[in-house]
Amino acid sequence: MARVVVDVMPKPEILDPQGQAVANALPRLGFDGITAVRQGKHFELEVADDVDDATLAKIAETFLANPVIEDWIVRRVEA
Amino acid sequence: MRVGVITFPGTLDDVDAQRAVKYADGEAVPLWHGDHDLKGVDAVVVPGGFSYGDYLRCGAIARFAPVMQEVIEAANKGMPVLGICNGFQILAEAHLLPGALVRNHKLHFVCRDQWLSVENNTTAWTSRYDLEAEILVPLKSGEGGYQADEDTLKELEDNNRVVFRYVGENPNGSRNNIAGITNAKGNVVGLMPHPEHAIDALTGPTDDGLGMFLSLLDTVVKA
Repeated sequence: MARVVVDVMPKPEILDPQGQAVANALPRLGFDGITAVRQGKHFELEVADDVDDATLAKIAETFLANPVIEDWIVRRVEA
Repeated sequence: MRVGVITFPGTLDDVDAQRAVKYADGEAVPLWHGDHDLKGVDAVVVPGGFSYGDYLRCGAIARFAPVMQEVIEAANKGMPVLGICNGFQILAEAHLLPGALVRNHKLHFVCRDQWLSVENNTTAWTSRYDLEAEILVPLKSGEGGYQADEDTLKELEDNNRVVFRYVGENPNGSRNNIAGITNAKGNVVGLMPHPEHAIDALTGPTDDGLGMFLSLLDTVVKA
């Protein structure tokens, strides 16, 4: 078994109102110096050893992310 | 006219969609998300709600439901399909319509009666309307912001594929004030506002939405 991380982020040109709301809250909470926040999704998959990279990319592209509005990255990490 | 109305776990507006079909003298045929056939219907409505709890993304899981594989195949062969609200999101996730629906730009769930302009009255679902007619129907969604890349927007605008546009202030940050679009053939239409809630002045703001279901009647009779 391996752990695979898939990070999904809104594309840069897509408005991210949630990230903006977080960014706007930070100064109110006394945290200065944060100029921008973008909010995405982080998936952790426990993956059998025979699942290849092409399959993982297909999972990310067709299901975990919507490529119309989101970018995705697949990483294998040490469990 | 037999019109299938799909129910997914979490669908809310299937009953009103069925009622709208009946108001247009159609027979509403309930379809379940796990069904593998469309029971011989002439058209399908994918209604609003929160299919599968909106988990992952709105419509992302519903798109893979068994009944949707049948809908996708039938739509590609020309069957009229209407996606309302969550149904629009599902059709976008299923790539029957381009673009995507994202969180409203001001983050608030918007629930109000909304004026729309009819921009295309040649689709299977809008032939009863006058071009540029303004209709008033409920809008109730948190993720109704229509987004697409510039090429897709140009394709939609150049080919008259914007079906409805919001009139007045943009309620959700949709690009080009887009409230609803169609596919290239005009048989698949998706919109965020709810025509099925505006079919009788007794229970809705107007009966302006009934025109979509009467348009379908004309389409099916002609076919």
